[in-house]
Amino acid sequence: MTELELDLEDGWVEPELAEEFPELSLVHARLDVRPTRSPPEVRHRLRMLADRYTGGKVVHMRQDPVPWAYRVFSRQVGIDPDHDRTPVEAVALRRLKQGGLHSENVVDDALTIAIAETGVPLIALDADRVDGELGLRLARAGERLDDMRPLSDRQLVVADSGRPVAVVLGEVSRDAGVTRETDRMALCALGVKGVPRISLEEALWSAAETLYTDASA
Amino acid sequence: MPEVLDRPVALAGALVEVDERAVRRTLLDQVARLEGELASVFCATWPRTEMPHPTVAGRGGGPRLLSLAELEELRDELAARISDARSALSDRTWVEDQNRRLIEEMMLEPQRHKWRRVSAEDIGERGCKHWHVRPRFGLVGMLMNWWRVVISSGCPLAT
Repeated sequence: MTELELDLEDGWVEPELAEEFPELSLVHARLDVRPTRSPPEVRHRLRMLADRYTGGKVVHMRQDPVPWAYRVFSRQVGIDPDHDRTPVEAVALRRLKQGGLHSENVVDDALTIAIAETGVPLIALDADRVDGELGLRLARAGERLDDMRPLSDRQLVVADSGRPVAVVLGEVSRDAGVTRETDRMALCALGVKGVPRISLEEALWSAAETLYTDASA
Repeated sequence: MPEVLDRPVALAGALVEVDERAVRRTLLDQVARLEGELASVFCATWPRTEMPHPTVAGRGGGPRLLSLAELEELRDELAARISDARSALSDRTWVEDQNRRLIEEMMLEPQRHKWRRVSAEDIGERGCKHWHVRPRFGLVGMLMNWWRVVISSGCPLAT
């Protein structure tokens, strides 16, 4: 089995955004891996992960340091985290509603495992459909996601050198998302105040390991 | 004294520079602290599922930089919801304390609380357990004023 190597890069943050949220960051890594069906090991890992959740644990999750940090950030940017759940709470709620964490494909499963284990929100992009360096900025007037969905003025987005590719803590553009034709992926982890960088690195490593589980199988 | 008497009077309409960055930073810190308090109040209500959850709606328009007015409004709304939730929880725990005391009284003098029934939910606990004052030996107990507290063993088995 080959040893996994991950080249982590820090994304840029627009000065106005950095001034408002000095500890906001985007760490990303590019992987040469294609999306496929999840192998049995990954599906087994999802089942094991689902067994760890209880109602009480999910309720009290909001007081754990990392999920709490993302709840605070959500609130500060105008989102109600009880309505638009942070990714880690969304995974927990999905587990309670579905009675388990069902496997979808190796990319979604890898993100689910990494998010559930670390609490850090992650997104996966098609690295070949992203131009230049990734970073965080405010949406400009009239800008759209996918050239279809209009963005609010000063909305927080993940962007490449030319266009927004995802809404922060929200959806990913279909123009930049992972598809069956994807050959290389860019995994991005969002960092906020109160979340140490090591948690972001752990999240990216966890997702990458799951993705390479498939590649080596 | 002279310096007090000679103090220059601020002209009406004089511009006062406000450091908006500092104000925003303070408001963001307040929102963070209040969100923590909201979370702790929410967790304190567990497992009382019937209590209304303190919620503060989002500002709309997805994640974005809020204006100063929006941040102030958010801060005030959070503070109001926390205050409401705390007083609701305080009222609820007072009732639960009364119910706990009632259980003690039922155990000491069951004949004074005939047919009274208190559930685990009434004292803020999970489960289907309940305390029920019933006559010993049925009708004979009723006629002889022999009462006792029957404590149920919990939830019935699912069929």
